[in-house]
Amino acid sequence: MSSVDYLHLLALIVPETLVVLAALAILVVDLGVMRQAPRRYRCLISAAIVTVACFAAMLWMHGVPQHAYALEGALVVDPLTQFMKQVLLVLVFATAVLSLDAPFTEHVGEYFALLLFATVGMMFLVSSEELLMIFVALELTSLSLYILTAFNHRNPASAEAGLKYYLFGGMAAAFTLFGLSLLYGLTGETNLARIAARLQGHGLDPLLALALVLTVIGFGFKIAAVPFHLWAPDAYQGAPTPAAALIASGSKVASFFVFAKVMMLGFAGSEGSGAWARLTPGWVPVLVILAVASMLLGNLGAIAQSSVKRLLAYSAIAHAGYMLLGLITMAHTGQRQAGMAALVYYVATYGLTTVGAFGVVAAINPAADDERLADLAGLSRRAPLLALCMMVFMLSLAGIPPLAGFFGKFYLFTAAVGAEPDHLGLLWLVIFAIAMSAVSLYYYLQVLKQIYVSPAPEAAPALRPSLASRLALGALALAVVVLGAAPQLLLDPLAAAIQRVL
Amino acid sequence: MLAWTIYLSFIGVGVLLCLPAARPGAARAVALLTALAGLAAGLCAAAHHPPSPALAEVTTLPWLPSLGIQYHLAADGISLTLVLVTGLAAVAGVLFSWNIATRTKEFFAFYFTLIGGVYGVFLSFDLFLLFVFYELAIIPKYFLIAVWGSTRKEYGAMKLALYSFVGSALVLVGLIATYVVARTQTGVATFDLPALAKVVFPDQFQVWVFPLIFVGFAILAGLWPFHTWAPTGHVAAPTAASMLLAGVVMKLGAYGALRVAITLFPQGLRVWQNSIATLAVVGIVYGAMVALVQKDFKFVIGYSSVSHMGFVLLGLATFHEVGLSGAVLQMFSHGVIAGLLFAVVGRMVYDRTHTRELSVLEGMNLGQALPFAAVTFVIASLASMGLPGFSGFVAELSVLVGAWHAFPTAAVAAGVGIVVGVGYLLRVLQQAFFARGEHAAAAAPPAAHALEPITLPERLGAILLIGASLAIGLYPRLLLDLIVPAWQSPLFTQLRQQAGW
Repeated sequence: MSSVDYLHLLALIVPETLVVLAALAILVVDLGVMRQAPRRYRCLISAAIVTVACFAAMLWMHGVPQHAYALEGALVVDPLTQFMKQVLLVLVFATAVLSLDAPFTEHVGEYFALLLFATVGMMFLVSSEELLMIFVALELTSLSLYILTAFNHRNPASAEAGLKYYLFGGMAAAFTLFGLSLLYGLTGETNLARIAARLQGHGLDPLLALALVLTVIGFGFKIAAVPFHLWAPDAYQGAPTPAAALIASGSKVASFFVFAKVMMLGFAGSEGSGAWARLTPGWVPVLVILAVASMLLGNLGAIAQSSVKRLLAYSAIAHAGYMLLGLITMAHTGQRQAGMAALVYYVATYGLTTVGAFGVVAAINPAADDERLADLAGLSRRAPLLALCMMVFMLSLAGIPPLAGFFGKFYLFTAAVGAEPDHLGLLWLVIFAIAMSAVSLYYYLQVLKQIYVSPAPEAAPALRPSLASRLALGALALAVVVLGAAPQLLLDPLAAAIQRVL
Repeated sequence: MLAWTIYLSFIGVGVLLCLPAARPGAARAVALLTALAGLAAGLCAAAHHPPSPALAEVTTLPWLPSLGIQYHLAADGISLTLVLVTGLAAVAGVLFSWNIATRTKEFFAFYFTLIGGVYGVFLSFDLFLLFVFYELAIIPKYFLIAVWGSTRKEYGAMKLALYSFVGSALVLVGLIATYVVARTQTGVATFDLPALAKVVFPDQFQVWVFPLIFVGFAILAGLWPFHTWAPTGHVAAPTAASMLLAGVVMKLGAYGALRVAITLFPQGLRVWQNSIATLAVVGIVYGAMVALVQKDFKFVIGYSSVSHMGFVLLGLATFHEVGLSGAVLQMFSHGVIAGLLFAVVGRMVYDRTHTRELSVLEGMNLGQALPFAAVTFVIASLASMGLPGFSGFVAELSVLVGAWHAFPTAAVAAGVGIVVGVGYLLRVLQQAFFARGEHAAAAAPPAAHALEPITLPERLGAILLIGASLAIGLYPRLLLDLIVPAWQSPLFTQLRQQAGW
């Protein structure tokens, strides 16, 4: 093993370094200088630093395209991972702007610093193809998010949510680690591609099957797929709204991407098949079970909710089910690129939409920890712009054209059906997904019914959300419309990146 | 030119949203202008359309080349016919919602989003684009009914939205499967309708994909037994929305079934022909019989819509040129006549009396209180019964002629449906407007003179729709010259081979 060229490594992780430096800067400025300043200014300064860091990192990646496979795959920098990091930075930026009004904490500096630490974790997560690095990055992300969830010390539900998230998360991490260690024991390797090479011709023996299932359990927890979803509704509901937005968007984007890589690269050769009447064992049927259960339980569970954040949590579970279709598609070598493109487009636009939806909830009543559906009544007359944004987000989640959510679903389903064009083997799964998205329209319309149809309460004053959050939400809604009507804006660079990698 | 029908509607939405909420008059004016401009664009295009089977190309732009998706707008005689009826229904709908006072600009904004989507469906010759416009039309319907509707409006609105969405889910499955199968077969990925119409799909594929797409669309056309959204939706909707629902939204379903399912999968139609005809006839007779016993005036018209849409579906199943032309003609005719009936019930009667109970209306002596409404309803009923001279006669006769060739029994049963139709129309006519028996004497007319007179916009709207029905009834070639040549277009090559014309 040759000696490590640290300067080269440092050049590769400039974006991550920028984000870490920003986090430290926030801590220094906030704790050192701004301690006595009004919270409003502290928030503004911290958010400004986050903004600068995010844009500097994005500009760097845009201006200095790199392609490297360093440290045995522990650090993979290529167009695709850089694309993912840019998506993550956009989501974090939006979350930071929406945190501006949130009066849930006095510890402003720590809050924004944790936000950035979680971001760094996610960035390392998407650029790693090595088990140890994946695990460490996963833990960095998770630990930051646990604290963010429990950050509202005035609300006991927040502490409860944090604890629940932490306990479930710790358990899942144990499962992941066990699975990964079995994998290491089987192959003596920690690099995904070499693990797959060692497993070639190995067959699906019980030990490998166990490793597979344990790994899937760990990631299934991160993406909140049924039956590992139990933490999600409580965590989303109790967490400060911007933190919930990050858990639902950024964390999901990163986890799905690395989950796809682990399955596709690490378990290459033991895919199995999920085609109708031709099920063969492997990781695909496992994911098929998760996908079906998530779509079913997520959509049916959401119908019964009366809290907006819980409803969004169940909707997130359902969407995890749809996204798993992308992974299942990727198991078919011929559709690997299409599956990856569909998955990334779906998670990226889903992230934007979800941040927006949580942002609207936060903007309606920054002081409240939880928003009942009934609290939205008459919103279209109290704040027409917020109402319009929420309509765009909800309809996009339901998959109504010409919004991004529709094209994401369409592209994903087309890729899945195309995976076995001769027998249309995955058509049954797509039919199920489409049927479930018909169910989902019901509860998204329930939200919109409150906003547009129900009369506003007598005493309700007109809402005046801050300029920053109006701008951020407007921009997110516009992005959802534009990316839906002109998906090639995202798809073309994505396809180019994927072509060079896969 | 034609593309402007779509763009103008959406520009209208934009303008409406920018208007101040305190100026309902301005919103109405903008709405009327938008609707008239759409109608004018449609009329111009129809007047310039040559009587040839060629497609009138409007726009073709690459949209998502990697997936074979184009922004392809075009028109043939069939699309033009439906564009015309949409224009008529839009103008009449604006005229009949002149009295909407709450959230006026929002009402018209949703209204024109719906209209724009409908124009889009009729002009799309790319299946992806068609589907986008088709789904775009679902959401405004929900809000129009849920916000401005009456009787159980939230239930009716949600039922309609979910039925539509389930239907479009079936269609989406079918479209994706069609796309993938065509790509595997020809190696070219495309959603372009003329290109897909050249592909001969395997028989066993057509057998299952045809009912999926046909039924998916036909749910919106009121195919029995998936029609139950129609009466509740129509009843709950505000007048203009019922007019649009019956007038154009149900046609979306029938049009989609014709344009996608029948055009691409004639072999599938051959297999399922008898089942569809049976369901259509059941719809005709069942709708008419149920209409016969309704107590609510608007439910009568709601069920009559189900019955009349049965003729469209029956015509589509005939495999016969006359039957198919009749089906398209019936789409136009029912769009105009149902619009008129709903206008009388919803706007002229209900908005003034605030009741639709036939037993209550019996005592109000409306024939004298609202003579214009009574006359309009008499004319509309005659048109709906299929009296010669009105569009309904030509349309239903053509469908029956077509059906006679394919399935004589069904034609006879449909004829029974027409007779029952005369029954329920005469019954409501008598009860609502001309009851002078003991009821009228018993229930003292509750200030019949207090009913406000029929306003000018209502008169104009009624005259417009009656005029359209009479024009087509007296000189059907106005539309038939558009429709009949269209069957010779290359789009229908497979259908013609299958039918043997």
